Amino acid sequence: MTENHGRAPAVASWVGRRWGRAREWIARGVTWGCASVSLLALGLITVYLFCEGVPVFRTVDPLAFLGGKAWFPTSEPPSLGILPMILGSGLVTMVALAVAVPFGVATALFIGEVVPTVFRNPLKVAVELLAGIPSVVYGFFGLVIVVPWLEALLGLPTGQTALTAALLLGVMALPTVASLTEDAVAAVPNAWREAAFALGATHWQTMRTVVVPAARSGLLAGVLLGMGRAVGETMTVLMVSGNSPRFLPSLTSPTRTLTATIALEMAETPVGSPHYHALFAVGTVLFVFTLLLNVVGDMVGHRLGRHG
Amino acid sequence: MVTVNAARVERTLAQGEDVAFGVRNLSFYYGREQVLRDVTLDIPRRRITAVVGPSGCGKSTFLRVLNRLYELTPGARAQGEVWFSGMNILDRKVDVVELRRRIGMVFQKPNPFPKSVYENVAYGPRIHGVRRRAQLDEIVERALRRAALWDEVKGKLRRSAFDLSGGQQQRLCIARALAMEPEVLLMDEPTSALDPTATARIEDLIAKLKADYTVVIVTHNMQQAARVSDLAAVFLTGGVMVEYDVTKKIFENPTNKLVEDYVTGKFG
Repeated sequence: MTENHGRAPAVASWVGRRWGRAREWIARGVTWGCASVSLLALGLITVYLFCEGVPVFRTVDPLAFLGGKAWFPTSEPPSLGILPMILGSGLVTMVALAVAVPFGVATALFIGEVVPTVFRNPLKVAVELLAGIPSVVYGFFGLVIVVPWLEALLGLPTGQTALTAALLLGVMALPTVASLTEDAVAAVPNAWREAAFALGATHWQTMRTVVVPAARSGLLAGVLLGMGRAVGETMTVLMVSGNSPRFLPSLTSPTRTLTATIALEMAETPVGSPHYHALFAVGTVLFVFTLLLNVVGDMVGHRLGRHG
Repeated sequence: MVTVNAARVERTLAQGEDVAFGVRNLSFYYGREQVLRDVTLDIPRRRITAVVGPSGCGKSTFLRVLNRLYELTPGARAQGEVWFSGMNILDRKVDVVELRRRIGMVFQKPNPFPKSVYENVAYGPRIHGVRRRAQLDEIVERALRRAALWDEVKGKLRRSAFDLSGGQQQRLCIARALAMEPEVLLMDEPTSALDPTATARIEDLIAKLKADYTVVIVTHNMQQAARVSDLAAVFLTGGVMVEYDVTKKIFENPTNKLVEDYVTGKFG
């Protein structure tokens, strides 16, 4: 026992060091693995989307697909033009942004610049909760409240219109716009606000002439990511927009979006048919568009700290 | 830690001298913490008055009372009176926008807006309603000349203010304040972020500004106070003003022992 006295701790520390090093490696491996799995998933989904989507061009050429005015996927031969849905998605998204951007920016300025500090965090949480409401709940709310209300207000044959979807999407995209703008507003150095106040600017002038211009890249990022949210949203749109694919959509009539088309028709399509591939191609179009929005949004968002 | 037991110091100005600010029994609090204690002094017009003291003595706060900029800090509260051209500026009824138009401020770190050189100087006149291009051009040029910056930037008025050096940025901030045609210029350690050469240029500029403006400059640099100011007020920890006199007297023959120790660098 006495002889081993000096050795036992040495062995323990050797084991300890070995174990420490192993743990290091395990941690590294696990994080690496997890990161690779998500990257791999993204890669595989992309490849799969393209593989299933591209064969549609055996039936219809790309220009006729993107620019075709008629969508009759089940007639013989099928008409596979997705322009009505592109316009439908575009209209709904733009009007949704027209709702989300002013309200989102105003919300962000209110939270970041106007409200006393004590209320700042509760309000931020409330806005983020808005983003946490499931889209089916928005859709249900839209169907039960907004649809009859718009029907009565505008005297429409049906309240299931592009406008209904756009209003709901606007509320859904608002938290994205608001929280990114709020971050950008919070990143505006106080020294600039003080300089403006010291020159006799009012609170409103300071926001308009110093804070908003300095936060504009974050604001733009918020708009782009909000747009991505609106373009990709499916369930709410499906429930309230009426889903009739007509060329040249109007705000006050039923409209079909790209996302709703996939959701509605995927279940009834024979695997491998031109219709099936066309739906995957629609998915690819959506994927490429939202990917671009996210990448560009991220890029302008990261310019936040810089000025220009 | 220095404790101050000095008797209250007051200095009323000699007959005939114009008073820009008459400060009476000014106390100031951030929440429960008191940062200025019963300060009373007269700041003369068209002189350079330095406010000096160790960090945490309340000298920057004092400056922010003079244009009510302290109001931006939640929980800040001022007590007493500060007279400026016939009004007590601590009165809630005073129009701060008008007050700040008449009292310009330059900050510790140069803080030009992320805009062009021109837009920085034109900012004040613009928000106060000057629209005409020719008039703005004239105001911008005059302000930049007064701030001794015109010759260096006249060819690059459209360039970002961030392309200028630190010293140039600070002179741009001075020009931005001068563009409002203020009566007073408050300067909060305006050279603490600058190198010696840039500091010297700003000090020269301050000396010239005295002819047209009342300057109140806060500094922790004793040499600077000795070089540029006509009068100096010494604040010590706890927000007590312990001495206020002609600068020369403060540096050569202070009444208060603590002030002597402070100006000779025994603490600070």
